[in-house]
Amino acid sequence: MGWLTTSLNRSIGKKFVMALTGSLLMLFLIIHLIGNLTLYGGREAFNGYVETLEVVKPVVRVIEVILALIFIYHIFNGVRLWWENKKAKPDKYAINANKEITTFSSRTTIVTGSIIFIFLVLHLSTFWYQFNISGHPETGSFEFYDIVTYWFNQPVYSIVYIIAVLLLGFHLNHGFQSAFQTFGWNKKRYFPTIKLIGTIYALIISLGFASIPIYFLLTGGK
Amino acid sequence: MSGEHLNITLKIWRQNSPNDNGQFEEFKVSISPDASILEMLDELNNNLEREGKRPVAFESDCREGICGTCGIVINGHPHGPLPKTATCQLHMRNFKDGDVIYLEPFRAAAFPIIRDLIVDRSAFDKIQQAGGYISFNTGGAPDANTIPIGKDVAAEALDAAECIGCGACVAACKNSSAMLFVGAKVSQYALLPQGQPERYKRVQTMVAAMDEAGFGSCTNTYACEAECPKGISIMNIARMNRDFIKSKIVEQEVDI
Repeated sequence: MGWLTTSLNRSIGKKFVMALTGSLLMLFLIIHLIGNLTLYGGREAFNGYVETLEVVKPVVRVIEVILALIFIYHIFNGVRLWWENKKAKPDKYAINANKEITTFSSRTTIVTGSIIFIFLVLHLSTFWYQFNISGHPETGSFEFYDIVTYWFNQPVYSIVYIIAVLLLGFHLNHGFQSAFQTFGWNKKRYFPTIKLIGTIYALIISLGFASIPIYFLLTGGK
Repeated sequence: MSGEHLNITLKIWRQNSPNDNGQFEEFKVSISPDASILEMLDELNNNLEREGKRPVAFESDCREGICGTCGIVINGHPHGPLPKTATCQLHMRNFKDGDVIYLEPFRAAAFPIIRDLIVDRSAFDKIQQAGGYISFNTGGAPDANTIPIGKDVAAEALDAAECIGCGACVAACKNSSAMLFVGAKVSQYALLPQGQPERYKRVQTMVAAMDEAGFGSCTNTYACEAECPKGISIMNIARMNRDFIKSKIVEQEVDI
């Protein structure tokens, strides 16, 4: 195992960890979004979807633990890279020309990532906790659709949710192309296409998730 | 001629020794637009010496843009704001009368400042010594062109070999990562038949030397490619990543 630890702690190893965990999380986001879109089908469609997941609960639990480990490794490694990279560049220039030549998404991963992490804690302490453990915050019932309407009818919660998923979009816009570069799956002729697909992916995920609280705010749910 | 001269305010980083706290010092110069930025510093230094003051320390050698010795961060851009131009090839005609120009050394923990605009780039030498070469048996020199190499492959290898090792990539990178430099050095051999025997050993030893020298990790912002005076492509970093991952998974692990 020594070779693996050493390799993953090399600079390229750490990039590889970011790319691999990030890619798996990107895959998870697609599945998560598809599931959430059943909310547009109304109460029965959404409750039906969640109850289907209840049937395969042991599998879901295993996946949740794996996901949590992936998240933790991604966050731990990201913070470590940020800290080490800060130490490698202790002094700044009088004029910061970096803004002219790099993208907002690429410069701000630690900021967007940190905000997403705070949101994740909030998200798990509301939706995940109430779906799995406590039930509806007022009635205690496990009527999943009501839990969703309870939160999304609160403008503050919805706005925080929308801001978080929009920032997630910037994070993903960097992460998608970055993963390809880190794995070395990159050639000049298709790099623009990879970047474009990454931006489309980021838009679909962030606008897809953001559309749901907007829909609930406007209609109040069916 | 003096009527055409540009009046420039220079803010130059002055630092006596590696452990000193540096600060910017302001100079007013009147300079011909035909002078390069280094010639302007030469003229400034002549005047400073005449006045008995310490001249501004900076490095240069060929002044033809091919040796990689010069390197000043000019208004936040390593080698100045002109793309694919080394500091020595940057002329004052690219600036306007009345401009304020900030001149700073490359900033990175792995490139300690020696004095003023001069930094210690010996970390690059250590990376090169760790694997930036090919080994072959001594004897008569082999005939040229005995190993056929396609034109496109040769061109790609030469594009990577264009790296002059100046360190602008490190200076531009917010993480002071040296991956564009190491990527180029790894690629120039990885693309050619002569580089194959040590291909996977090389990428491991050079990356290890890079990490030990205190350079940061690449976060794929690509500032390096934009600032490189030779236009080295970040595809060289992708190739290095590919070879490194491959070396760890399917090739022989190297004891470093």
